[in-house]
Amino acid sequence: MGSEFTLGLGRKKKKSALPEPFARLQDTVCRECQNLIPAAQLAKSLQVCPECGFHMPMHPYDRISTLVDEGSFEEFSQDLTSGNPISLTGYKEKLDQARGKSGINDAVVTGRGSIDGREAIFGIMSFQFLGGSMGSVVGEKITRAILAGAEEGSPVILVTASGGARMQEGIFSLMQMAKTSSAAALLDEAGIPLFIVLTHPTTGGVTASFAMLGDVAIAEPGALIGFAGQRVIEGTLKQKLPAGFQRAEFQQDQGFVDMVVPRENLRHTLSFLLQTHATENKGWMNR
Amino acid sequence: MDESVISNTIEEIKLLAEKENIDISRELDDLKTKYASSKGDTWEKVQLARRIDRPNTLDYINLICDDFIELHGDRHYGDDPAMIGGIGTVDGMSVTFIGHQRGHNLKENIARNYGWAYPEGYRKALRLAKQAEKFNRPVVTFIDTAGAYPGLESEERGIGEAIAVNLKAFSVLRVPILCFVIGEGGSGGALGIGVGDKIYMLENSIYSVISPEGFASILLRDPQRAQEAADLMKVTAQDVKEFGIIHDIIPEAPGGAHTDPSFTATKIKERIITDLKRLASRNPGQLIRYRSKKIREIGHFNENNEQAQDLFKIFTKAFSRS
Ligand SMILES: [Zn+2]
Repeated sequence: MGSEFTLGLGRKKKKSALPEPFARLQDTVCRECQNLIPAAQLAKSLQVCPECGFHMPMHPYDRISTLVDEGSFEEFSQDLTSGNPISLTGYKEKLDQARGKSGINDAVVTGRGSIDGREAIFGIMSFQFLGGSMGSVVGEKITRAILAGAEEGSPVILVTASGGARMQEGIFSLMQMAKTSSAAALLDEAGIPLFIVLTHPTTGGVTASFAMLGDVAIAEPGALIGFAGQRVIEGTLKQKLPAGFQRAEFQQDQGFVDMVVPRENLRHTLSFLLQTHATENKGWMNR
Repeated sequence: MDESVISNTIEEIKLLAEKENIDISRELDDLKTKYASSKGDTWEKVQLARRIDRPNTLDYINLICDDFIELHGDRHYGDDPAMIGGIGTVDGMSVTFIGHQRGHNLKENIARNYGWAYPEGYRKALRLAKQAEKFNRPVVTFIDTAGAYPGLESEERGIGEAIAVNLKAFSVLRVPILCFVIGEGGSGGALGIGVGDKIYMLENSIYSVISPEGFASILLRDPQRAQEAADLMKVTAQDVKEFGIIHDIIPEAPGGAHTDPSFTATKIKERIITDLKRLASRNPGQLIRYRSKKIREIGHFNENNEQAQDLFKIFTKAFSRS
């Protein structure tokens, strides 16, 4: 579908070359089983711990290269950077540090790409960037990605990883929950699917907004998914939480996740969803 | 005297009274307010916003409505006493009211779970909003919570999902929604009934992404620094208005809303009447477009690309069918 809007969403831009997948990986101690996993092995296993199966947080660019057709990805709004809305001392420095470490401007990468030839709009969050927290930039980029999907008639795939709202942006970060959710309402209006992939961890304000608004909600095995933090809940209850609480499998049992999909099968599952929601497969009555 | 000595002493008195089963919440609030006013504007407002004798949702409903009936339950799980709702008449108009409900003493607060709502509270709010939509009745919400209840059952029943669905549904509700932050507006639990056409805060209310205590313990690594956190976070009605996030501030009687509840109630009532008259000229499509545009504009970022300024056109187009 053609679009009269360019709006900096990258239609006119050349497709961006993604960095070499997993090139930044280092040997990592698995936080679940404490085994030291060599970088080469992690690259092969898509950062799933070969010892315990823990699905480690991924860099958005690495995630994108494991999902989209080679050379198909065009990034949106790459140059969006956060202001300092409540003039908080030290926030700019924190942002600079996070940028330097991650090589991205904020906690989400958005863009257009295809899986097995079917176009979709992607938003991939980065837990490594200030805990994947949602401030103005994350809110704006997710919103634009959703709007691009509504405008172009492309399904929207959002891969979440977040500790919640970005407190350093005060009330502005809270309002991004309303902003992203109101954008999701547009997809309903337009009949465009929103597919959510919940990865470890997805909590707080992201859980209480677009992350829980998917037409289909997929979770990675073992991912922590919830609203309140476990320490906060333990503080309220004055007792330890049961094992597996707020994990992906728990959320499936509770009815908030459609399916738990291991990382190696994610691309295939998304491809199936894109196929079954494709325009040519809608309208059973016309057959 | 050292700050922490005073607040620790207040805490000790509170614990002692609880042990002896004496309810001195009101006297404690007087102490806290007095102490806070010596500490500067922001902290005084935080204490005023949290006073146990501050007018709550049902107080305002009773002062504003000629008549009111409360409606219960989310039709899925149960009835949450921390979130109330119903139908009232204001100056001859039928209006759906929804709000967090706190108590005026320990007993009431325990019954109301201190205004910390469960998922069924947010689902009740949604049910009543949808009911209002069906009968073309405007919605007024009163926000007064430190947050959604952070507990085991709250998570089991999907508090995140319940809030998320409300944010989405309220943003495209086809009737006018007016929101008033009357006390403490804390986090997603406040926002869960806080999406509307007009957002107001009472003069001594606060609105924030996390409580000052939470901000202090996470970002300042010291829960004792809540006063400093409240200043840093800019949580007062005056701050939030300056940010352009709310439309206006509703004045309270001198000394705070608790000194003269009907003063503030009258101001709220006047605002409801004038707003609803004004919004009546908008059809549902226009209502949703303006509401979405306002939400969409909230954010503070830099961008080099001049092209990517406003996607309002997309909103306009998408809702041209409404
Ligand atoms: Zn492991």
